[in-house]
Amino acid sequence: MSEGLNVIVCIKQVPETTEVEFDEETGRLKREGVDAVINPFDEYAVEEGLQIKEKYGGTVKVLSMGPPQAESALRETIALGCDEAYLATDRAFAGADTWATSYTLGLCVEKIAPYDIVICGLKTTDGDTGQVGPELAQHLGVPHVCYVNKILGIADGKIRLTRLLDDGVETLEAPLPIVISVSKDINQPRLATLRGRMGARKAEIKQITSKDVDADPARLGLDGSPTRVVKIFTPTPLEGGDVVEGTPEELAERIFQKLQECKVI
Amino acid sequence: MSELPISIDKDLCTGCGICVGACPFGSIEMVGDYPEIKDDCRLCNACVEACPEGAITIKETEGEADLSEYRGVMVYAEQRKGVVHPVAYELLGKGRELADQLGEPLFAVLIGSDVKAGAEELAVRSADKVYTYEDPALEDFRDDPYSALMADLVREVKPSLFLIGATSIGRSLGPKLAAVLATGLTADCTGLEIDPETRLLLQTRPAYGGNIMATIICPNSRPQMATVRYKMMKEADVDQDRKGEIVKKPVDMEALPDRVKIIDYQPSPEQVNIVDAEIVVSGGKGLGEPSGFAVIEELAQALGGAVGASRPTVDEGWKEYRHQVGLSGRTVRPKLYMACGISGAVQHLAGMKTSDVIIAINKDREAPIFSVSTLGAVGDLYEVIPILAEKVRKHKGDA
Repeated sequence: MSEGLNVIVCIKQVPETTEVEFDEETGRLKREGVDAVINPFDEYAVEEGLQIKEKYGGTVKVLSMGPPQAESALRETIALGCDEAYLATDRAFAGADTWATSYTLGLCVEKIAPYDIVICGLKTTDGDTGQVGPELAQHLGVPHVCYVNKILGIADGKIRLTRLLDDGVETLEAPLPIVISVSKDINQPRLATLRGRMGARKAEIKQITSKDVDADPARLGLDGSPTRVVKIFTPTPLEGGDVVEGTPEELAERIFQKLQECKVI
Repeated sequence: MSELPISIDKDLCTGCGICVGACPFGSIEMVGDYPEIKDDCRLCNACVEACPEGAITIKETEGEADLSEYRGVMVYAEQRKGVVHPVAYELLGKGRELADQLGEPLFAVLIGSDVKAGAEELAVRSADKVYTYEDPALEDFRDDPYSALMADLVREVKPSLFLIGATSIGRSLGPKLAAVLATGLTADCTGLEIDPETRLLLQTRPAYGGNIMATIICPNSRPQMATVRYKMMKEADVDQDRKGEIVKKPVDMEALPDRVKIIDYQPSPEQVNIVDAEIVVSGGKGLGEPSGFAVIEELAQALGGAVGASRPTVDEGWKEYRHQVGLSGRTVRPKLYMACGISGAVQHLAGMKTSDVIIAINKDREAPIFSVSTLGAVGDLYEVIPILAEKVRKHKGDA
């Protein structure tokens, strides 16, 4: 493949920490001091895209859907070495669940095509569903493999890779184009260089709106989402049992008694 | 750019600001006398419910689909090498409850190369009907043929609810199937119930690393699909007197898509899988260093259990990912869970708090892990565990 591979990486901007705290009194997330960053799982997707480019040549385009401020996450991927960045941003996209998100991303991927491989992170740290990758593949009509932990090789329009299942590791071969979701053990994401950061400042982040992709309005955003959130609440506080102090011998004895009492030993 | 479908009626709004506080995402701000909704609004409905004046509305186009012909609860029975994954029995347990509440039937679907024994087991575990697809070429799970068969079955049987185990296979299959059927799928549910008024499935799941819970519905498309965490629901009991019907469906492999080929499969070397272990002994950052896991392993060995690890230790490379307990790792529900040097971050608790007995050892009296433990010991794990392991060994030797 002398002309190289066309890779599209999908990313999402999320609140920085997974330990988002919920303020019991006001019932809202504590957002003070929480920055918006690239979804940590997507960093592995970006890195894998860059590694494919280094090995096989070609281009890496990055696509995100979100409010205008998500531009900063895309700019960061340019700093890392990605070639072009696209932000699907339109109020019509707001409130999308995974189905409507993947429908929209599918249209955008087709708009910025050609593509050989679309790479997604395994899931996001906010929504935590892992559904957008496989649903996107279905909208595009191409195969999907999730939990990818190694790309063994790409040749003759085929990709060979391994994926991590609950009970073992599977080696698969699939035709291109394909959508893959990569797991965290696939690589070690690089850091942006100062030069990369400087260059990224001026980079153009191209915006895509619903009109640009000829979207069916009934399939976008909230209206296009089969699911609805009806309630958001804090998990019920838990109540613990006895908490004991004492010498190591006393503590070990208490635990030992508890094990016997509960018939664990 | 179009408008957000959420709006505030300024004639009704009194500018009380309750909505500002109600928004879990901080997306509403007071601008002058009135609240204004920012672009990052997630349309979660919290403000609509909170507004005492009914001034906030989310505009929706009504669905026109005829949903009345959809009846029953369908469960995907995952199998590996002919053995049904126990999550399927949990889905049947929950599915039976939901089906009874709706007064509708419970179905199971099993796909594989030798499904007879599995189908029999599903039939006596409360399924009214077990649909089977059997062919040597269906031995191993592949998204393409499996989802094509299931989509056909859903179109034919028209179940109202469809439950899939949130295993690595289920998490791959579920979204693909939902996209094919153009219906909603709620990931990784930990709670499922029927709303008695609307008869809709209320699907509850953790988000933001378990810091918040969200209840989700799928009002206008069918089936209402959910993947369900393993070890969260109670298994359906075996009742030999109540056997469901087994319906064998034809398979035409030629007609099925099958783009991804399996070249090789290597089972993981682990002897004890943490998810299935009855005793799990886990270590956290309180161990101080990677070699600290030696003492965890000593105790696990004495008790005959598996070794678990908290996310920070896995992130640091002290232990492999397959040992990770928590929302981002595995959910475990053993008879005994021992948390050693684990403070108990929300995401960890979400993965182990339903264990029968939880014993925590931690130096910090204020550690959140003590809020879920049956017994908490405030002390140095390096001093306590060797004595405890010795007691257990001696006890077992005597017994």
